Amino acid sequence: MLLIAGLGLALLWAPEDADQGPSQRIFYIHVPVALTAYVCFAWAAWKAFRLLWKRDDRADLESYTAVHMGVIFGVLTLVTGSIWAKISWGVWWTWSERQLVLFLILFLFYSAYFMLRYSTEPGPRRARTSAVYALFGVVLLPVSFLAIRLAEQVLHPAPLFNRDGPQMSASMFFTFCVCLAAMLALAGALYRIELTGKRVDARLRELREHLT
Amino acid sequence: MTAYLSDVTALARKDLLVELRSRDTVPAMLLFVVGALVVFHFALADSSRLAAAGMLWIALLFTALLALVRSFVAEREGTVIDGLLLAPCDRSAIWLGKALSVFAFLAFAEAVALPAFALLYEPVTWELIAGVALANVGIAAVGTLLGAMAAAARARELLLPLLFLPLAIPLIVGGVGATLADDPARYLGFLALYDLIFAILSWASFEYVVTE
Repeated sequence: MLLIAGLGLALLWAPEDADQGPSQRIFYIHVPVALTAYVCFAWAAWKAFRLLWKRDDRADLESYTAVHMGVIFGVLTLVTGSIWAKISWGVWWTWSERQLVLFLILFLFYSAYFMLRYSTEPGPRRARTSAVYALFGVVLLPVSFLAIRLAEQVLHPAPLFNRDGPQMSASMFFTFCVCLAAMLALAGALYRIELTGKRVDARLRELREHLT
Repeated sequence: MTAYLSDVTALARKDLLVELRSRDTVPAMLLFVVGALVVFHFALADSSRLAAAGMLWIALLFTALLALVRSFVAEREGTVIDGLLLAPCDRSAIWLGKALSVFAFLAFAEAVALPAFALLYEPVTWELIAGVALANVGIAAVGTLLGAMAAAARARELLLPLLFLPLAIPLIVGGVGATLADDPARYLGFLALYDLIFAILSWASFEYVVTE
C-alpha cells in the first residue's frame, strides 16, 4: 500500500525539479532504495554483533537474510543510479558519483560474503566468521566513503541535508518520506518472508537428518 | 602484559624461523614483485609518473596477497593451529604474532621492490616510503584475520583475494594519494586511521574466527 502511494505521489504529485525535469523523479526511488540498503547492512551488523556478544544462535540466519536483502537493494541502487546518471550526464557510469562507487565497493564486499558462506562448512564457526565479516562491512562503509571523497572530484548534486535542514519543498519532502517508508516496509516484508523460508528449510534439514 | 608480549614475539619468531628454514614464501614474493613491475611496463605502454605510482601499488597489493595466501598454510596442513589454540595464551596473541611476521615478509619484499621501482621508473620519495609502511600495517592486520577466515573454507586460495580486495581499496586510495598528491599528509593520516580502526577490530574479533 505504502509503496503504491509513494510511487503515485512521486510520479503525479511532487513538483518537477527546475534543473533536472522529469528525470529527477527517479530520485524518489533511488535514494530510498539506497537508504534501505544501508539499513539492511546495519541490521545485519547488529545481528552479527548480537551473535558474537550474546551467543544468540538464531541471529546467524537473521544476519544472513539481512545481508541478502541489502545486496538486492544495493543492486537496485546501482541500476537506478546508473539510469539516472545516463539521463543527467549522458553516461551509464561515472566514477565521480560517490554514492554509486561506494555501492559498487559494498556490492563487491558483500558478494564475497556469500562466497565465504557457501564455501565454509555449516556450523558455529561459519556463523561466527560470517558475523565478523558482516561487522567489517559497516566499518568499511564510512572508511570507503572517506576514501572515495579523498580520491574523487566533486560532481554530485548538492547534499540532501545541510545545516539549514532538508533542501526540498514540503511536498517533495513528504513524498520522499512516504517513498522511504514504503521501501523500508517492502524490505521488512521481504526480510520476514525470506527468514521464515530459511528457518523452515533449516528445520526440514534437521528433521531429515534425524530420519536417516 | 609482558607475558602477552613474550607470547607474541615467540609466535612471530616461530613464523620467521619456519620461513628461514623452508624459504617458501619470501623468494616467491621477491620474484613476483619484480616480475610484475616488468610486466606492467609492457602492459601500460606509458611510463608517466601517474601510471608508475598506480602500477607500483597494484604490484605491492598482489605481492601481499601471495604472502597472505601462504600465511596460514603451516597452521592448517600441520594442524599447528590446534596446538596454538590449546596453548595457554590469549588468542589475539596468535593474530598479533602472525600479523607481525606478515609485516616482516612484506617489508622484506618492499626492500627489494622500492629500489627496483626507483631503478626502472621513478625516484622513491619519503612520502612513498611512509605510505608503504602504513599500508603494510593495514594489509598485515586485515589480511591475517581474513587469512584465518579463509583457512576454514574449502576454496581458500580463491576466497582470500575476494575477501581482501574490497577492504584494500581504501589502502590503495591512501597509498596512491600519498605518492602523488601535493599534500601527502592527509593521505598518510587516512592510512593511519584505517590501520588503527581495522587493527582494533581484527584484534578483537580474531578469537571468534579461529575457535571451533
